[in-house]
Amino acid sequence: MYKFSSAHVAALLVAVSVLWAVVFSVHHAAADDLKLGDLNSYSRFPTFTEPYRKGWKLKLEEINQAGGLLGKKLDVETRDDGANTSDAVRVAEELVSRENVKLLFGTMLSNTGLALADFAQQKEIIFIAAEPLSDALTLEKGNQFTFRVRPSTYTQTAMLVDVAKKLGKKRWAIVAPNYEYGQSAAKAFKALVTEHMPDAEIVAEQYPALGKIDAGATVQALLLEKPDAIFNVLFGGDLAKFLREGEDRTLFKDREVVSLLTGEPEWIDSFKEEAPVGWLVTGYPWHEIQDPAHKAFQEAYQNRWDEKPHLGSLVGYITLSIIAEAIEKAGSLETEAMISALKDLELETPIGKILVRKEDHQATMGAWVGRTKIQNGLGVMSDWHYAPAEDYMISAEDAAKKRPAP
Amino acid sequence: MDFGFVLSQILTGLSSASSLFLIASGLTIIFGVTRIVNFAHGSLYMLGAYCAYTATESLMAILGSSLGFWVGILLTAVFVGLIGLFLEFFLLRWLYKSPELFQLLATFGVVLIVQDLVPFLWGGEDLLGPRAPGFKGAIEILGWSFPRYELFMILIGPCIWGGLWLLFHKTRWGILVRAATEDRETVATLGINQAWLFRSVLFLGAFLAGLAGALQLPKEPANSLMDINIIAEAFVVTVIGGMGSVTGAFLAALLIGLLQAFGILIFPKITLVFIFLVMAFVLMIRPNGLLGKYQTVETYSKQNEGPHDLTFITLPRIFITLGVCALLPLGLGDFEIFVLTEILVFALFAFSLNFLMGFGGMISFGHAAYFGLGAYAAALMTHHFQAGLPLALFASPILPLIAAALFGWFCTRMSGVYLAMLTLAFAQILWSIAFQWVALTGGDNGLIGIWPPKILSDRLLFYYFALSLIGFVFILLYKITLSPFGLLLRAARDSSKRLSADGVHVGHLRWAAFLIAGASAGLAGGLYSFAKGSIDPHILSIPLSVDGLSMVLMGGIQTLLGPLMGSAALTFLKTTVMSLTENWRFFMGSAIVFLVLVFPRGLVGSLIHVFALRKAARSEKTERSS
Repeated sequence: MYKFSSAHVAALLVAVSVLWAVVFSVHHAAADDLKLGDLNSYSRFPTFTEPYRKGWKLKLEEINQAGGLLGKKLDVETRDDGANTSDAVRVAEELVSRENVKLLFGTMLSNTGLALADFAQQKEIIFIAAEPLSDALTLEKGNQFTFRVRPSTYTQTAMLVDVAKKLGKKRWAIVAPNYEYGQSAAKAFKALVTEHMPDAEIVAEQYPALGKIDAGATVQALLLEKPDAIFNVLFGGDLAKFLREGEDRTLFKDREVVSLLTGEPEWIDSFKEEAPVGWLVTGYPWHEIQDPAHKAFQEAYQNRWDEKPHLGSLVGYITLSIIAEAIEKAGSLETEAMISALKDLELETPIGKILVRKEDHQATMGAWVGRTKIQNGLGVMSDWHYAPAEDYMISAEDAAKKRPAP
Repeated sequence: MDFGFVLSQILTGLSSASSLFLIASGLTIIFGVTRIVNFAHGSLYMLGAYCAYTATESLMAILGSSLGFWVGILLTAVFVGLIGLFLEFFLLRWLYKSPELFQLLATFGVVLIVQDLVPFLWGGEDLLGPRAPGFKGAIEILGWSFPRYELFMILIGPCIWGGLWLLFHKTRWGILVRAATEDRETVATLGINQAWLFRSVLFLGAFLAGLAGALQLPKEPANSLMDINIIAEAFVVTVIGGMGSVTGAFLAALLIGLLQAFGILIFPKITLVFIFLVMAFVLMIRPNGLLGKYQTVETYSKQNEGPHDLTFITLPRIFITLGVCALLPLGLGDFEIFVLTEILVFALFAFSLNFLMGFGGMISFGHAAYFGLGAYAAALMTHHFQAGLPLALFASPILPLIAAALFGWFCTRMSGVYLAMLTLAFAQILWSIAFQWVALTGGDNGLIGIWPPKILSDRLLFYYFALSLIGFVFILLYKITLSPFGLLLRAARDSSKRLSADGVHVGHLRWAAFLIAGASAGLAGGLYSFAKGSIDPHILSIPLSVDGLSMVLMGGIQTLLGPLMGSAALTFLKTTVMSLTENWRFFMGSAIVFLVLVFPRGLVGSLIHVFALRKAARSEKTERSS
């Protein structure tokens, strides 16, 4: 028989009061600091988010070593967003009301990004979405407090279609994970195919569940329709399974594959020497970019963290660069001043000049398009070129029309 | 479609059936003997893949690629088996005497711990393992290439099944295990050391999970989402086969594997929801799975002596509690009030679940379905009809009520774990709909912009608004619990057969309880969406259902105030830990394990137990002195 002693009650009481003391008594906010809040899916998707954090931390240290901004030290509180909207909103509330941060940035998932954008509007605080790809973030669901750094799903698909149309393939198959990102990429691809490749047709579509692909069956289903080329949106573990099955079942033999994001070190590195060869991808050929500004970034990053930069690193670095530039321009962290400073903000970054468009609050960060190959046991990009986002993103006028009235 | 393709697709289906069977067999064996619903089975599987990566990498360098690989796989399986043994020894064996669901909660704590441990030990990147030596490449079958390793997998399933059959039918150990599956008490009476029987079963189950994970390595990189991705499917296969039946699991795996292989040709978008539809369908025809036996023991019998506070709680005391709740937020900042609001909302969610479980005796693994539906109802009203808060909140219990009427009609026909699994299936079906119906629900991006009107936009005012609504519903639930209906419901929980013999329609009673629980959970969901401003399919998902279960169990099942305490403890814990560390899953998991071990009756349950003991001691004293 279990006996319950007063020691248990005491233990519980002590535990609760310690927790209460920790949470509700410590207020760290010093009012006159420049304090920002960052949140991202650090614990759930460390592959992508850790390099991102190292990126902005590098920029933060550079800023503070150079004497801070407006004569003050820049401070960033960083948190895990729990990889879902309800945790993300709670953490954001904590950053805003308890830590008194004046601006939020971060996130990689589209759902947390959209939820925070909405939260930002409600709280009238600025939110800089670093990595979410959902088109809606700066279009249908856009608001005046939210800005985005990375090129959206549509923009990156358009960059790929621009190269794909030169392949002259007629029968296309689509394979995409069954969630918003996969679906919008497939939708964008179909629309762009109709526009730019009028004689091509989509002969097969497969939408395996995210993280649960039945790779053998999916590959077979694609083979059945004998496509000439494949548009792939799979990534991570799903793509690895798809690669091995597809390789064994000769899916990729004599077929062109056009693939979103696959060239990013975050994804392609894990395939090691089994990385796909000859695929047309978007990605980040960090080791070959000769531009002096990027070389400097790459060296600083490698010196600081003793590892190579990932795309996330670059995004993190650019995100904080945008914020810092805006603070200098605005002369304060006040929301109104910051919004007008961010609109049409132009700045130099490791990848050249970037503009934050005033019409849709989207930065013109581009992406690299190239073919994959194996080098020293790792997949890398070759024959790549930088695709400037300006050439592919939805036009400023169309974007403005799609956004809700302020 | 030529014959070669059909054959190749059948082989593909058989291969995935083999994988499914490997993971499900361990789960079903563990359940059959120990009655533990092992949520950590997916974690063992994931550990299998990671350990196999490390083992094959080092052993292939030492022993050569061929020998090193296979020895590595085998060693991994044994190692994961030992982890299972470790879990039994340090955690599960302390819980055999607590309510059944406590073991489930403990294993869920383990899931969280492992989720943080794996990136800590192996890093965050996916680890692509080697291909199986001797099974690289493909062979040609009627013009279609087919991977050799898949052929190997097709063979391994039946081999394991045959091996298990021999083990269970031709060895003394196996016969004892089967006897324990049938009737634990008799086996104990005959002087069999049950502890070692349980331990060895846990070893075998974990061994199989480890083997499944290790054999997955040539197909899929070891990654940190493997546990969550496999566990629901493993449960589905186990349930379709009949919990505890290895052969049933084998048949179920075949069914799922083959149906899936051809299903995606016809409906490429159905992948998410497919296996749950199959499960719901099978359970409607065979309520105990394909080969499951009718459960002779009433599921809740053990808890019926559990502590409850029904006599302690009175209306004035409820008002005092509500009064204390009203004083709590004074002087606190926006964030703290926000957390308190969340605690209240989850408390209502937990109340409703406790009404179903604690008083109705029906375990639900899918209660998030009603919470989520309520939230979506409110959000959709706001979004598509521009309805204000009153109308949206009015709608929030109605949609779940309809769902509860439909699901309850099926669920109340079953009992025990099958009922729980059917609720899970319905919740997963709703989750898939919310996930995939992008035009209506916004898909995984969810819906945003669900804020209360200006008047209630102040966090404190919204807190009082929520408190008054939740207090009202709580009093309602309290009254229902004490009403003749509530008494009948508890009677149905304790002895449904006797009640049936008394001429009460138990099915109708339970159905009504489903409706009440569903509607109250829905209201909680509606309030939740206005507190957060945005929702996504996460609120229909398994983790949220488990959160609800944890709150009820941590607070004390069958107690009225337990859910409030449970919600406060869990929400508070999560908030605190999340703002202090990114390894919050590790600490949450440890805290759950700790609470489960120290308070095996839940917080309120333990407290009442102490009062009861004191009272008993006191009355004994007075008796002696008189």
